[in-house]
Amino acid sequence: MPDQVYEIPIGPIHPALKEPIRFTFKVEGERIRGVDIRPGFAHRGIEYMGMKRNLIQVLYLSERICGICSISHPITLTLAVERAAGIEVPPRAQYLRVIFAELERVHSHLLWAGVAAHELGFDTLLHLTWKVREKVLDLLEELSGNRIDYAIPIYGGVRRDITPEQVPQVEAMIRYYRGLLDELLDAFLRDPSVEARTRGVGVLAPEEADSLCAVGPTARASGLAKDVRQDRPYLVYGDLGVKAITPREWGLEPRGDVYDKAVVRLLEVGQSLDLIERCLVEMPEGEITSFPKIPALLAYLKKADGEGLGWHEAPRGEVIHYIRLEAGVEEPVVWKVKAPTYSNLMSWVPMFVDQEIADIPIIAASIDPCMCCMDRVHMVDASSEAMVQKEELLRLSRAKTERICRGGGPA
Amino acid sequence: MILKTLFSQLFTRPATNRFPAKYMPKSVLGFLGKVQAGKATLVPPVPVPPKFRGKIAYDREKCIGCQLCIRVCPAKVIEFLPEEKKIRMHVARCTFCAQCVDACPVDALAASPDFLLSDTDRHSTALIVE
Ligand code: SF4
Ligand code: SF4
Repeated sequence: MPDQVYEIPIGPIHPALKEPIRFTFKVEGERIRGVDIRPGFAHRGIEYMGMKRNLIQVLYLSERICGICSISHPITLTLAVERAAGIEVPPRAQYLRVIFAELERVHSHLLWAGVAAHELGFDTLLHLTWKVREKVLDLLEELSGNRIDYAIPIYGGVRRDITPEQVPQVEAMIRYYRGLLDELLDAFLRDPSVEARTRGVGVLAPEEADSLCAVGPTARASGLAKDVRQDRPYLVYGDLGVKAITPREWGLEPRGDVYDKAVVRLLEVGQSLDLIERCLVEMPEGEITSFPKIPALLAYLKKADGEGLGWHEAPRGEVIHYIRLEAGVEEPVVWKVKAPTYSNLMSWVPMFVDQEIADIPIIAASIDPCMCCMDRVHMVDASSEAMVQKEELLRLSRAKTERICRGGGPA
Repeated sequence: MILKTLFSQLFTRPATNRFPAKYMPKSVLGFLGKVQAGKATLVPPVPVPPKFRGKIAYDREKCIGCQLCIRVCPAKVIEFLPEEKKIRMHVARCTFCAQCVDACPVDALAASPDFLLSDTDRHSTALIVE
């Protein structure tokens, strides 16, 4: 029965992603005819927890929304709070934030490249990419103290400076990746088998990217020159003059497939290196925070009243934090986080349609999804879905034992 | 390019540091015992960077009991001891942000390079700082 349509549920725990999400595919033979996506399994109630803590504690909570974006989230939160409370950030701190944000982009994009290679079955390439990724992680460890969760941004500035002795190490990292980038581009983009598995796979047309509000590399691969650093500059990105990277930079007309997404991400590694290099040159001397004393910062934030929005181009696209502060209250009254994957989720639907089942992992991975970043709500329809809690299950089990002991059969 | 890298990889040292031993011992504790008895050698860990944020070190003498560290700690690690006006830290909860170190007005706290903290008992003496 070739025209029979079957439903295949994949997930919430499945081989394509390390994070939980459920897809329900409608398939006809090997072809996908439709897909339904059910997120929400990684919802941890972080925003609510934030509203029970003072702003300094919230900062570290925001860092733990996502391990990979552990600079993007706190930077966006600090920008929102600084706007709400009217805090100035010294220029040197702004440059330092940009350097850390771009270092994060380098390691995140290399991570994605490795994952993509793995999904395609090129584990050699995975190991190679992740081996070279160690260099930027080593540098982040050297600059911030730890490999992940850097604890760098704070309201009014940053917590740690880049010392003159560390500058040569940053420069060495830039040289290391510049020397490697051509080889990486070669291994990914000029490899016939990679091309065969990614060209024309998971296509997102520009009109669809636009109407579904795709962000980040997912939108740029479809040819939309959309980048928060370019469109609504913040920190010193305005001075640095960032230009959104599309596959045109690689001399190709954008097609919006998985191949183009790899092009954009790999080229952005080079762009980030350029930005870091320029920051090192242009960064002025001076203070790194406008509140060197923590008690003064706490007292100032407690008096603050107002609302603020922070935005940032995270490696996966635009991230937004909204905060509302009330005078006399230490905790934020409202904290809202919108992570890039939330905006990109809907683009999966047109990308999956008419593709083969074997392409599911690479298409799913192509938007570089991050569920823990995104899951802010979990919807349960109590009228149609029966949810059985642990206690209820235990009660049912005990009741059954009792019934059997009394000689009754199963219910 | 990949083939060249792969080939040269056969002759280079692995990038991974084989801590604590070249081959995973059957029992790590047994192996550490042997190391102490001088019967085995430890492959040392990769040195931590200078600004590393490890287990927080506490100087009880310096502490004035102001509780600022407790206010900023995101993980509720720190407990106040009202009688002595000192603090106790439950390291098992710590997220190693070192915000308490930045907040302390008398430098009674410092981030140490100590990172081998895993334990089966979250209340073991190694995980309580006071
Ligand atoms: S390092 Fe951070 S989590 Fe640990 S005790 Fe200090 S403030 Fe709390
Ligand atoms: S901030 Fe320093 S002085 Fe104050 S209670 Fe904590 S450790 Fe003691």
